[in-house]
Amino acid sequence: MLEYISIIITAIFVNNIVFSQFLGICPFIGVSRKISSAVGMGAAVTFVMALATTVTWMLQYGVLDPLGIGYMQTIVFILVIAALVQMLEIVIKKINPSLYSALGVFLPLITTNCAVLGVAIIVIQKNMALLESVVYAVSTALGFTLALVVFAGIREQLVLADLPKSMRGVPIALICAGLLAMAFMGFSGIKI
Amino acid sequence: MKYLDIIYKGVVTDNPTFVLLLGMCPTLGTTGSAITGMSMGLATMGVLICSNVVISAIKKFVPAGVRIPAYIVVIAGFVTVLQMLMKAYLPALDAMLGIFIPLIVVNCILLGRAEAFAGKNNVLASLCDGVGIGLGFTIALTLLGSVREILGTGKIFGATVYPEQYGSLVFVLAPGAFIALGFMIALFNNIRRRC
Repeated sequence: MLEYISIIITAIFVNNIVFSQFLGICPFIGVSRKISSAVGMGAAVTFVMALATTVTWMLQYGVLDPLGIGYMQTIVFILVIAALVQMLEIVIKKINPSLYSALGVFLPLITTNCAVLGVAIIVIQKNMALLESVVYAVSTALGFTLALVVFAGIREQLVLADLPKSMRGVPIALICAGLLAMAFMGFSGIKI
Repeated sequence: MKYLDIIYKGVVTDNPTFVLLLGMCPTLGTTGSAITGMSMGLATMGVLICSNVVISAIKKFVPAGVRIPAYIVVIAGFVTVLQMLMKAYLPALDAMLGIFIPLIVVNCILLGRAEAFAGKNNVLASLCDGVGIGLGFTIALTLLGSVREILGTGKIFGATVYPEQYGSLVFVLAPGAFIALGFMIALFNNIRRRC
């Protein structure tokens, strides 16, 4: 039990996917103008990441390794993620239209979110068991959501700031992200 | 002349890092030093040139409905080739860049250029676009890596500029990546607004 708690705390705070691993920066910069869209994106990513990691883990140990074609990992994983996102879009549209209209715009964007493919590869590299992998994927996605929501809150205020022309928009957002990353470094002292 | 224009556009007016703001993850993640930034840029450039050429060569045979998956497979194929080559010949560099090598697949620059340029232009123009954008990306990553290395450790490409104890380590760590890139984009914006 303790090791799962340690995985969760590490993935959310200590090794936050955005601030210390630099994955998923594109949506982090792109979809963080409003808190509401940040929450939507976070939810969609959590869902896809958990599902994608489970499926790719099973494929790696059930198909690629027994056949000795581990080098196909990159191609297989990205296709699985792309197909999964597409399928998910169709399923959610059918079952829960209100959830679909909430997540709708974000779903196609997730295919090119490098955090999803990144986590799928990391759990294989670290030789995690299936349950560990799923816990890791979900908590990483929660860390991503946390980063996104906090950052969106800052950016909503940032719009009102009077800045030199060249600093407006992305440059000042990146500098704020740097300060946030510095704050997150404070968690690196945590030991469980 | 037209082809030189395409290359110039990729490096300056459409610079993927400073203007289009694409491929942020490797830009921040691999620029801890000038040499890693440059290697990442060159690796991405290699894949981009190959994928641009192949995609523009096969664009007539690929039905429009499945073109994105087809592009992704082409890109993933070249990334796999790169992964195997690097594991065989440059294992130290491969270990340093780590997960960012397989993640070239989801670098938005590659799919972006395939969709915006290679899918519409001939092979030679796409080759030039790959060289231009790749060069722009490499230059940006090398610059950012150099800035971070100088400010963080007082070195550039491993050669000492000033004693290490005066450097501020934060620029090598994660926060410095964001801050340095923020200031560099602001600087680039400023230069572009003046000319």
